[in-house]
Amino acid sequence: MGPFMSPFNNLLCMLLGISFTVWFTLLLVFIIVPAIFGLSFGIRRLYMKTLLKVFEWATVRMERGAKEKKHLLYKPYSLNSIIAKEPTSLEEELKEIRRNCSSRELDGSASTTTSPSPSSSEFEMSDTFYFCRRGIESIVDDEVTKCFTAEELESWNLLTRSNNNFNHISTRLTVLWGLGVVIRYGFLLPLRMKNFLSEKVHLMCYRICVRALTAIITYHHSENKPKNGGICVANHTSPIDVIILASDGCYAMVGQIHGGLMGLIQRSMVKACPHIWFERSEVKDRHLVAKRLSNHVKDKSKLPILIFPEGTCINNTSVMMFKKGSFEIGSTVYPVAIKYDPRFGEAFWNSSKFGMVNYLLRMMSSWAIVCSVWYLPPMSRQEGEDAMQFANRVKAAIARQGGLVDLLWDGGLKRGKVKDTFKEEQQKLYSKILVGTQEVRSRS
Amino acid sequence: MGSRASSLLREEDIEEIKKQTGFSHSQITRLYSRFHSLDKGENGALSREDFQRIPELAINPLGDRIINAFFPEGEDQVNFRGFMRTLAHFRPVEDNEKNKDPTSGEPLNSRTNKLFFAFQLYDLDRDDKISRDELLQVLRMMVGVNISDEQLGSIADRTIQEADTNGDMCISFSEFTKVMPGKAIDITADLQNGA
Repeated sequence: MGPFMSPFNNLLCMLLGISFTVWFTLLLVFIIVPAIFGLSFGIRRLYMKTLLKVFEWATVRMERGAKEKKHLLYKPYSLNSIIAKEPTSLEEELKEIRRNCSSRELDGSASTTTSPSPSSSEFEMSDTFYFCRRGIESIVDDEVTKCFTAEELESWNLLTRSNNNFNHISTRLTVLWGLGVVIRYGFLLPLRMKNFLSEKVHLMCYRICVRALTAIITYHHSENKPKNGGICVANHTSPIDVIILASDGCYAMVGQIHGGLMGLIQRSMVKACPHIWFERSEVKDRHLVAKRLSNHVKDKSKLPILIFPEGTCINNTSVMMFKKGSFEIGSTVYPVAIKYDPRFGEAFWNSSKFGMVNYLLRMMSSWAIVCSVWYLPPMSRQEGEDAMQFANRVKAAIARQGGLVDLLWDGGLKRGKVKDTFKEEQQKLYSKILVGTQEVRSRS
Repeated sequence: MGSRASSLLREEDIEEIKKQTGFSHSQITRLYSRFHSLDKGENGALSREDFQRIPELAINPLGDRIINAFFPEGEDQVNFRGFMRTLAHFRPVEDNEKNKDPTSGEPLNSRTNKLFFAFQLYDLDRDDKISRDELLQVLRMMVGVNISDEQLGSIADRTIQEADTNGDMCISFSEFTKVMPGKAIDITADLQNGA
């Protein structure tokens, strides 16, 4: 066996060596060189189209597989929404419940007491039903928790993490998935690791990052790009938002100082450009923050400030409440809407679940990052509008452009609890129904 | 079963839950995913804090009572089976249930069981009677601080008077059912059957 093994081994080593060299050269030629010159080969678009076709095929196979087993493929919220009824107001609902009650009594059920005609201002034991219904509905599905979990896809993109249906459907599918794993971890990941750690000057650095993540970004309305002395606000999904925006223009960043890898990146960025980093405890002192921001903005030679007013990463299906601090300063606001295509990789960073390194790993081993960036026309605060209303106006414009749901809930709910004032409002409303508006005393 | 924290639900489990609760396959997977997203500790069971983290539930005046209904007597954790059993009460009542197993007993979402769920919202000490105090407690939860004690007291008294037929100043379950709307009380979320 001896003599047979060694030439075979040599051959194997040689093959490996050659393939490795070839692979490496291709890497160099196709990725790094164009990045330096800002060119594009259009390969990435082709790549994207191919991927989409593959995903479609995979989904069809899975649907067929599920049909054979005679049950429906598990699809996300939009199609099989579990809650059927339209949300109604407290008053309408109570009236309907009580109407059911009164019609029953007209049927002539023998009751010993002469029940008074149920006017709308009396308590019925069935009133609990309304609150019960709302409660159970919110357990089954609620707007806020949805924002902080990764969006669910209708088709499967061969990343196990984005689908719960991963059972053995067919060998072909499994092979394809296996191949996908090999490609992603063996090819795309090392490629990106190397590229990501390289050190270059501002725009070139970001451009490489963009290519490293195989990011295919479409910029719309570049004529509305933020100018010096303005504030750029955008919806926030992941730290990659920064890279995406910064590769198309220079900004001064404002944000929370992080520890670990993120902090390292932040500190290195400060060397290239003046940025404003805060401690969260310092953020609470809003006057200090506002002062620093307005000083920066007044200086027309300084770069536009980039702010994410939601305060935290949202999963890119909706836009949550904007904190009004950045809107109080009074300069022109340039809204930007960023929308990721979730079919190619989930860009959302759930910082309460995953750390930064874990997140980066997942990002780099996805298929691609495909997103669209819309630069919206600049807005400024109008007469008689306060900061909160202005913030909501900007938020609505961003949500409309990006096709996202406009929510009133606070992004802070990712980590904190909801305020009791909301509950008190509901209680007040119900009391009014019971006893009429005059008698409800407002306690301070 | 037990403490296994896997993210996949087995086929046998799904079949069993289907038989017990009447939910469809896709509804069960959908609700399992929901259960999982609520379970922050990832230990395969929900605690009261997990429920309270839902903002819409936290601001519901009866939120605590509803959460309580999920937990069996004296326990602090509810697993997926228990979760589904409670939610099963809120499936709409169907006139003729196909594949109805005659030996399985009354389905979880029958009118009686729905009413019993509502009854238990009031009856905190589970003695099968709603006393004046228990009624007052629920009323107080629903109106907050906006109505005085005397007014609330008179509302409670009037309600008991109307419903009480055997004169014990408490509302038993049978008295409760008599004062309830005749039409099928789909008290809550009509969980739509996936076609």
